[in-house]
Amino acid sequence: MKNKTKGTVKYAFIKSLPVMAGYLLIGIGFGILMHSKGLSILWTAAMSVFIFAGSMQYVAVDLISGGASLISTALMTLAVNARHIVYGISMIGKYKDTGKYKPYLIFALTDETYSIACDTEIPEDVDKNKFYFLLSLFNQFYWVVGSILGSAVGNILPFSTAGIDFSMTALFVVVFINQWKASKKHFSSYLGVIASVVCLLLFGAHSFIIPTMIVIVSTLCLYKLFEKKEVKHEQ
Amino acid sequence: MNNNLHILLTVAIIAIVTAALRFAPFLIFGGKRDVPKMVKHLSNALPAAIMGMLILYCLRNVDIMSGSHGLPELFAIVVVVILHLWRKNTILSIASGTAVYMILIQTIFA
Repeated sequence: MKNKTKGTVKYAFIKSLPVMAGYLLIGIGFGILMHSKGLSILWTAAMSVFIFAGSMQYVAVDLISGGASLISTALMTLAVNARHIVYGISMIGKYKDTGKYKPYLIFALTDETYSIACDTEIPEDVDKNKFYFLLSLFNQFYWVVGSILGSAVGNILPFSTAGIDFSMTALFVVVFINQWKASKKHFSSYLGVIASVVCLLLFGAHSFIIPTMIVIVSTLCLYKLFEKKEVKHEQ
Repeated sequence: MNNNLHILLTVAIIAIVTAALRFAPFLIFGGKRDVPKMVKHLSNALPAAIMGMLILYCLRNVDIMSGSHGLPELFAIVVVVILHLWRKNTILSIASGTAVYMILIQTIFA
């Protein structure tokens, strides 16, 4: 049994390597960003431990330094992290018999962990449950370490960090492009941008998120219902 | 103290809502129930739309009519897009775009 554990640790580590670079670097970016807003290393570490969600943590820096209301924060979290529902739905089967590891596995289900866990064909000599657990653990470890490093390093950077919050915009643009390339129709991508622009113009920078979310969700529902009707027609 | 309390509450809310979203599917559909088609459709279609919204969220305070007219943002985003379509390297794209933006607003558009 000890042999299986060792092999599992190694296997999980290797599978986590693609994530390591990304989480370390974006984690460092997050740490530096937090530092540039005068937020302590303790908050930085706490967020990476208890929230563990990249995009949301970047948005959180904005919410905190902008003094956002708690309701706005809750709604924003809902909007930004709604996609985690998708991951959960797809992992119900795979995580079914994971016993004591289950709560942590669900808690730590990030974009990257999801894509690796979903994709991997686990070999015979690897303990499946330990693998999922270690994969999630390693990934969170990289993330927390990166955040702490970034926050610590923020002090000794030889240049001004003005404008570093653009890293958030850049991150979202990159993910947007990846999602664009991954789908054929792009309807969602267009919808998100157009709905946001219109609501931004109508409601202003402070209040456009809620209307935008309403427009997006209702349009997507209508789109689906309309699609169904068309198919019925053709029959 | 008030400030720290606000930060604590904000972080706590984000952590709780995020965890709730992660646990929800397992709690609601973990048993034998089937996932309703509309839920499946929304969960597939939502991410891309939200990402578009997030980009606009980042740019929400940009004033096209005055100041730097959003030009540093425009240039930097173009850099990110071109680099990412070309090299497909997340870290490279983000780092380069951010560097371009920082240089622009610290020099030409200062």
